[in-house]
Amino acid sequence: MIVTNIESIPGKTVVEHFGLVSGNTIRAKHFGRDFMASLKNIVGGELKGYTELLQESREEATRRMTEEARELGANAVINVRFSTSSVAAGAAEIYAYGTAVLVE
Amino acid sequence: MELYIVLALLVLGYVAGTYRERRHYRSILRREQELVNVPVSSMKTVPFDEDRIERAELIQGSVVVGTDYFKRIAASLRNLFGGNIRVYESLIDRARREAVLRLKESAGDADIVVCLRIETSTIGAGSKNKYACVEAFAYGTAITLKGQCA
Repeated sequence: MIVTNIESIPGKTVVEHFGLVSGNTIRAKHFGRDFMASLKNIVGGELKGYTELLQESREEATRRMTEEARELGANAVINVRFSTSSVAAGAAEIYAYGTAVLVE
Repeated sequence: MELYIVLALLVLGYVAGTYRERRHYRSILRREQELVNVPVSSMKTVPFDEDRIERAELIQGSVVVGTDYFKRIAASLRNLFGGNIRVYESLIDRARREAVLRLKESAGDADIVVCLRIETSTIGAGSKNKYACVEAFAYGTAITLKGQCA
């Protein structure tokens, strides 16, 4: 599965479009991480726990998106975009979407 | 008593926060120098012939940066009078540059990164504990050329 965020797969030609595919995931942080974050909010700096958490969620969203594309018979997803929104306090939604295509 | 705690947190936040910010900026500047040979473009087009391209893949880099106690108080004071909140400008600047640096570090032997997009979002804001964390997320398509040594 090839994934890009431009409108083509360079070096390959798109032979069929399957339309929009997307994947999302909502994650909350666990108590320990929240506690560490509250301490970090006194001295500032990177919050590694949150960075990792969001990275994992983004991988999960991307995986769900490519899974959907694979079920349609696609072998690539182009023009992928990510978006993040906070649904409730302490939880974040990660959403990935793109166009499923067949390339040769 | 409570005033002393607030004052102590302010001093701790200012000293530790300033020290960490300076250290972070030093590391950002050093790594920007090291990675200057990975070109990044925000354009959607690939400036090479199609047959020279070997591989294209999505790469990304992200970071969550939290504010410190001093910055938070300074920003809330600034909110009363309006104007530039300088303490937060440097925070978000750091986050974005760090995210782009991590993206470049994950580029491996790619020759160019095109269609770079940077997204910023706040994490945990709006809850009663009022932590202001900023996430910067950079993503783009890394292009590897055939038979080129990077």
